[in-house]
Amino acid sequence: MKFSEQWLREWVNPPLSTQALVSQITMAGLEVDGVEPAAAILSQVVVGEILSAEPHPNADKLKVCTVSSGPESHQVVCGAPNARPGIKVPFALVGAKLDDFKIKKAKLRGVESFGMLCSERELGLSENHEGLMELAADAPVGADINGYLQLDDRIIEVDLTPNRSDCLGIIGLARETGLMNNLDVCMPDIQPVAAVHNDQVAVHLAAPEGCPRFVGRVVRGVNLTAATPLWLTEKLRRSGIRSIDPVVDVTNYIMLELNQPMHAYDLNRLTGDITVRQSIGGEQLTLLNGSETTLAAGTLLITDASGPIGMAGIMGGASTAVQSDTQDIYLEAAFFAPIAIAGRARAYAMHTDAGHRFERGVDYEGQVRAMERATQLLLSIAGGHPGPLVDTVSEADLPQAIEVRLRAARVARVLGMVIDDADIENILKRLEFEFTVDPNSGDRAWLVQSPSHRFDINIEADLIEEISRIIGYEALPVTQPVATLSMLEATETQSSDKRLKQRLIDRGYSEAISYSFVDSELQHRLLPDAIAVALKNPLSSEMSVMRTTLVGGLLKALVHNQNRQQSNVRLFEMGLVFHQQGEKALSFDAIAQQERLALVLSGQRFPEGWANTSDLVDFFDLKGDLEALLGAQGLIFQACEISGLQIGQSARILKDNVPLGQIGLLEASVADQFDLRAPAYVAEIDLSLALRQHVPTVQEVSKYPFVRRDIAILVARSVTATAVRSVIEMSAGDALLHLKLFDVYMGKGIDPNEKSVGLGLTFQHPSRTLTDEEINTAMAEVVQALASQLQAQLR
Amino acid sequence: MSDLDALRREALAAVASASELAEIEALRVQYLGKKGAITGQLKTLGQLPEADRPAAGALINQVKTEVEAAINARWQAQAAIAEAAKVEASAIDVTLPGRGLQRGALHPVSLVLERIEQFFHSVGFESVVGPEIEDDYHNFEALNLPAHHPARAMHDTFYLTDSVLLRTHTSPVQVRTMESREPPFRIICPGKTYRVDPPDPSHLPMFHQVEGLMVDEHCSFADLKGMITEFLRVFFERDDLKVRFRPSYFPFTEPSAEVDVQCVHCSGAGHCRVCSSTGWLEVMGSGMVHPRVLEMSGIDSEKYLGFAFGMGPERLAMLRYGVSDMRHFVENDLRFLEQFQ
Repeated sequence: MKFSEQWLREWVNPPLSTQALVSQITMAGLEVDGVEPAAAILSQVVVGEILSAEPHPNADKLKVCTVSSGPESHQVVCGAPNARPGIKVPFALVGAKLDDFKIKKAKLRGVESFGMLCSERELGLSENHEGLMELAADAPVGADINGYLQLDDRIIEVDLTPNRSDCLGIIGLARETGLMNNLDVCMPDIQPVAAVHNDQVAVHLAAPEGCPRFVGRVVRGVNLTAATPLWLTEKLRRSGIRSIDPVVDVTNYIMLELNQPMHAYDLNRLTGDITVRQSIGGEQLTLLNGSETTLAAGTLLITDASGPIGMAGIMGGASTAVQSDTQDIYLEAAFFAPIAIAGRARAYAMHTDAGHRFERGVDYEGQVRAMERATQLLLSIAGGHPGPLVDTVSEADLPQAIEVRLRAARVARVLGMVIDDADIENILKRLEFEFTVDPNSGDRAWLVQSPSHRFDINIEADLIEEISRIIGYEALPVTQPVATLSMLEATETQSSDKRLKQRLIDRGYSEAISYSFVDSELQHRLLPDAIAVALKNPLSSEMSVMRTTLVGGLLKALVHNQNRQQSNVRLFEMGLVFHQQGEKALSFDAIAQQERLALVLSGQRFPEGWANTSDLVDFFDLKGDLEALLGAQGLIFQACEISGLQIGQSARILKDNVPLGQIGLLEASVADQFDLRAPAYVAEIDLSLALRQHVPTVQEVSKYPFVRRDIAILVARSVTATAVRSVIEMSAGDALLHLKLFDVYMGKGIDPNEKSVGLGLTFQHPSRTLTDEEINTAMAEVVQALASQLQAQLR
Repeated sequence: MSDLDALRREALAAVASASELAEIEALRVQYLGKKGAITGQLKTLGQLPEADRPAAGALINQVKTEVEAAINARWQAQAAIAEAAKVEASAIDVTLPGRGLQRGALHPVSLVLERIEQFFHSVGFESVVGPEIEDDYHNFEALNLPAHHPARAMHDTFYLTDSVLLRTHTSPVQVRTMESREPPFRIICPGKTYRVDPPDPSHLPMFHQVEGLMVDEHCSFADLKGMITEFLRVFFERDDLKVRFRPSYFPFTEPSAEVDVQCVHCSGAGHCRVCSSTGWLEVMGSGMVHPRVLEMSGIDSEKYLGFAFGMGPERLAMLRYGVSDMRHFVENDLRFLEQFQ
């Protein structure tokens, strides 16, 4: 809501600077978003009077005027069609500064000109540039235009929270300002307008819960071509509303001033009675803005015998709209219940000032006042003959003033400060709330009724909020909460994601955060089988479905970095992935939301440096990182075909035999889809499983010496390290402490189908020294088992 | 005896000119070894008259001791020089970079989240997380935001179906906690939240929130002010940071307050792009939990009171670390991230 500071001050004028006023309004809970001057400050522009206007000797369209600036007369050449003797206009003297240029003495077609006569546009007041801005006949010649037009004003914009729709009009802002400064508000004098004829339109409230009050009045013989006075159009302009014609201007003015949206119909285009009812659905309505709408059931409508003529409280219809030749009008000031309006405008994608107010709520007793004020203004501007004000009302459906019980003890408990009864009562008075001390109460309490413009007050908490707001939050105490101590859980069977993150960072990974919504197609390339959950209203196709894997986001991050000459990339991300489960309709319960950890690795193993090799990373770098992260104990990698990953360089990961995730080299075709330029290794694991950990049970460390025996064997290339390990672990006996696989060799000197594997076996007994014989026997068993089970030969 | 003296001079001269340790060792053998020249002199004692032998022997021994000392001294000196040379030869340029990997960095938003959690854990708040895809009830309805409530316009929501959505705040986690636990409790709910805002320097469609909730028999607006003020001063590490509570409106709290801090950039001096020269920065929303919200989750609002607050880690990170564009938080540019090592 934008409003003119001067307008507010006409209603209530606290002795505060603009800055102090704005800060006070903000601290009252009406956040001021901005303050700007109402007009560019003009210098040396005065009220001028055209004394004479003679034709220009050398130009048909120009006139040579004599203009009085009070003490002196000036010759001014002017091209405006309405330049004529006797009118008063804004006159920019030589040396004046308008928006972006300076007025200088000039020669126009050979005639000297001293100054310029101005249009509204030249003063920055409107877009009107059809002619000179004509000032009132009583404008004092020579007066500074800033003062005369009250241009020394500021436009204040407040960002109102939805509960404070009472401040969507000057009336509410003035009440609030008066309240904060303990000043009375000066309402304009609004008197009932006497009817001069008895023409009226019957109104039927067929949906009284949505429209319990409809105030109407016929005004005949209105002159739509009359000019709306400057003081009114200036107020509209400073609230961001353009002047249209007297009728629209007046209804807009009432909305801004009294916070009551109004509507005007062309009386002669109405057919029969007006009925306010709910749409039955499927009805057609062409709105004022020309859009054709099919009305959904449950839309509150204004109808006449011809059908719908307006979307109640949101926008009128085209068929009954006031037109340039309209003379007889019908004015509406209704109360529409918020619930009947809320959401409708948004459903039709129409945001209007009226809808904005009605869906938040307007004063349910403000309609008659608004109608009287509007009639009064309209008659004074455009003339006309008013009929009687007709108030059609369903009392039972109007909001009822609620009596709220306010307890002094509760105020103290919520705010943490005892507030004197007298102070509470004083605040209630300032708020115009009616109250009585609750007679049936042991503790101190009041029964409070709020006025109709504060329909947001329904429960005790609402009143406590008002009290705290008016005391001022700054005046409330600052204390620290006192509560019973309780320990937080600290399980050792679960590691923390913080710890995991720290380990990854220590191993050179940086943390990424990517969008949870991704490109549907790209994700499909990566995980063709997953069912992604789609957004109904995505920002773009690149953000259209929820991620089923974290890898897509990391690959995007990788590409981002590669494209910026950052080719050595180690990134990880923790976050949720989302899968639709089952074929049934999408519901909250049918979406699995699982927390994952993903890693991406690409580029060189080490940063470029004198002491570092320039080797590229491979599968085992990433695997090593995972082992370090999760503990190699119980971690199993099984070769496996995985979509998106290259066959032969991808594996399933299991921990304690539970599937944990996968790891591998990104398939070349997928890498292409992502525009990746270098091989990328990725891994993704279930975070909650990864966080599981055992509480260690210590085994005694043996005091006896250990013995190590190394062997090298030849086995078929297809024999896995896990296979070799398990044969050895099964055959070496209890004394085997460690098994190290220290070498794998394929190539020259070896059968191309075979590989040589170097194995180091360490033996140790917990309670004695092992003999050579025992170790020899164990080694013989191992060699024999390798030979028989894996066809391995000793090298 | 002139032989001996000549031998002495010859030996001392040889020692003095020997520089290699091996050379010095050779001189030791040459003069003092079993067959050495000086040792040989002792063997000539037998040829002397018995009465002269002690004096001659003493002389020879004196020479022997003197040469031996010279050799030892020379050896030590040369050994020290050799050692020094060896050390010098093995000197390295300690300013060369170290070997291997550098560590990575925590995302600044995580950094902020960790600091927030650290503070609230220290005063007995527990972190609780919940689903990011939520139902309408927990995201809105249970928070006193029924369908068509105008405040829903403040939450531009991503929908999956009419009643399933991406949570617009982490408050639904608070609702779920209130539904499942008996008061008193103190929780904070960190996590991702979503709103339909195209990415620009000050908006992202996905961002983080930390919301806090304390429900107890005694907790007041004054306590809320105390806790938030303390937190902000700890977070920005400024004991004198000015904190301002300003009336506002959230459907789920009453009274509600926006929390502003004194601009951390200009300290209120004005002409500042960070605070638009207002001197204040809006950093949090807060308030006393609306009694209806407590009741809807089955908590007796007469017995218990609650306060709640919510803040955006991205916003705090921008203020704390001088990040000028929110989009940096989702680009994952290593040159940005690695500044948080």
